[in-house]
Amino acid sequence: MITVGVLAIQGAVAEHVAALNKIENVKGIEVKTLEEIEQIDGLILPGGESTAMGKILNYFQMLEPLAEKIKQGLPVWGTCAGMILLAKEIVGQDTTYFKAMDMIVKRNAYGSQLDSFQTTIELPEIAATPIPLIFIRAPYVESVTGDVTILAKVADKIVAAVQDNMLVTAFHPELTDDLSFHKYFCKKVSASKQVS
Amino acid sequence: MENRYELNKNLAQMLKGGVIMDVTNAEQAKIAEAAGAVAVMALERVPADIRKEGGVARMSDPKMIREIQETVSIPVMAKVRIGHFVEAQILEAISVDYIDESEVLTPADDVNHINKDEFKIPFVCGARNLGEALRRIGEGASMIRTKGEAGTGNVVEAVRHMRTMLNDMRRVQAASAMELMTIAKEYGAPYDLIKYVHEHGKLPVVNFAAGGIATPADAALMMQLGVDGVFVGSGIFKSGDPVKRAKAIVEATTFYNDHVKLAKISEDLGEAMVGIEIDTLAPTELLASRGW
Repeated sequence: MITVGVLAIQGAVAEHVAALNKIENVKGIEVKTLEEIEQIDGLILPGGESTAMGKILNYFQMLEPLAEKIKQGLPVWGTCAGMILLAKEIVGQDTTYFKAMDMIVKRNAYGSQLDSFQTTIELPEIAATPIPLIFIRAPYVESVTGDVTILAKVADKIVAAVQDNMLVTAFHPELTDDLSFHKYFCKKVSASKQVS
Repeated sequence: MENRYELNKNLAQMLKGGVIMDVTNAEQAKIAEAAGAVAVMALERVPADIRKEGGVARMSDPKMIREIQETVSIPVMAKVRIGHFVEAQILEAISVDYIDESEVLTPADDVNHINKDEFKIPFVCGARNLGEALRRIGEGASMIRTKGEAGTGNVVEAVRHMRTMLNDMRRVQAASAMELMTIAKEYGAPYDLIKYVHEHGKLPVVNFAAGGIATPADAALMMQLGVDGVFVGSGIFKSGDPVKRAKAIVEATTFYNDHVKLAKISEDLGEAMVGIEIDTLAPTELLASRGW
C-alpha cells in the first residue's frame, strides 16, 4: 500500500485524488501542510494556476522545504501548472519555484482558452492502448538538459518527461478516465518506497 | 468542436480553490495576479460603483481588456450583458478566456439569455437556485457562480443562494425517479440535468461563490459551505488596503478549514469596504433579480 498526496493549494485536486483511489493498493489524499506531506510516499502537483500556487507556497514558507524533499528523492509528478513549479527555468519570467528539473518550460505556450485542445497518443512503454491527452491553456517543455528523458511529444513539442524521481506532463490525465499515467507514477512511487 | 464544451468545463476545474478578482485596469490586474488570484475579471466599474453611479452598465472597452491580457499571465475573464450575444462575439474575437454573462451589467434582453452553445468560448453565469443554474448549463454555461448581491459587501445573499442550491440538490437526490419530471417542471430546469443531479448529487460544472464577499472570513465561509472557489468584486479595490486584503482572501480560500491560520490571515487588514444592508435596497436595486 502506498499513499500519494495531491498538493491541495488550488486547482484540479479532487480529480487526481479520485483517479488515485481507483488504483489497487494506492491511497490518494489531499495535502496542504508540510506535516501532511511528511506522511506520504509520493506527491502530485496538480494543474491550476502556477502563479497562484507559487504565491501561496511562498506566503506559508513551504517552497524551500518542499524543494528540499524533492531533492532528497520524494517521487513527484507535476501536471501542467505542477510542471511549471518543477522547472529550473521558465520562459519570459525570472520567478521560478522548486528549481528541480533540468528543463525550460513555456507557460500558456499554445495561447488562450480558445487554443485548448484534446488529442491522443500511443506510448507503448506507458500503456497498450492510445492515451487521451487534454491540454488546458497548457505549457510545454521548450528544451531539456542533463539526464532528462523525453516521454512524449505532440506536434514536435515535449509534453511529458522524467528525471530521477520527477515526472512532468503538460496535459491532464486526471481529467480523463484513462489511468495509465497515474499507474505509471504509482509504480515509480512503489519502487522508490521499496528502496528506502 | 464536439469536445469544446468539455475543455471549457476543464478550465473551470483548474480554477478551483482559487480567487477570481474584479479589476478595472492593468494596474489592478497586476496587483491581483501578484496576490495570487487564479484569474481576473475585467470590467469598467466594480459593482459598488455601478450601484452608486447608476446608468446603463455595459461590456468594457476591448482596448482595456487587451491591456489587461497583455499585463497578466493568468486567465482573463470579462462580462457581457444578459442576452447581449454581440458583446459576447466581440469578447470571443479578442480571445478572452471566459465570459461572464452577468446580472451586474444592465440586461440587454429581458426574456432570453445568450445561447452559449453557439460559442467556442466558455461562459460562467450567476444563479440563485438549482433551477436557474441548470437553465444556464442547459444553454451552454460551463461554470456557475452564486449571484449574491454584488457591490454590497454583504455576504448574506451569496449564502442564501448557496444554501438554496444545496437544499434543491438534496431534494433532487433524495427524490424517486418518477418524481424527477415534476421537479424539473417545478424548477424550470432541463430534465436530463435534473437526472444528472439525481445521480451525482452535484452540478455537472464547477460552482463558485460571488456577490458580497468582502473579508477572508467571508471567502472561507463560502468554501466551507461547499463552493469550489470565490469571485471577489468590489471587496478588494474598495477596501482600505487592496494589496493586503487580496492576499488575505487568497490565503483564506486555500486554508478555509484551518481556524488558526484564518485568525492570523484576518489580522490587521485595514478597513473593509463599506457594506449595505440588503433590506435597505429597493426591489429595483437588487441585481440578483436580473436573469430569467
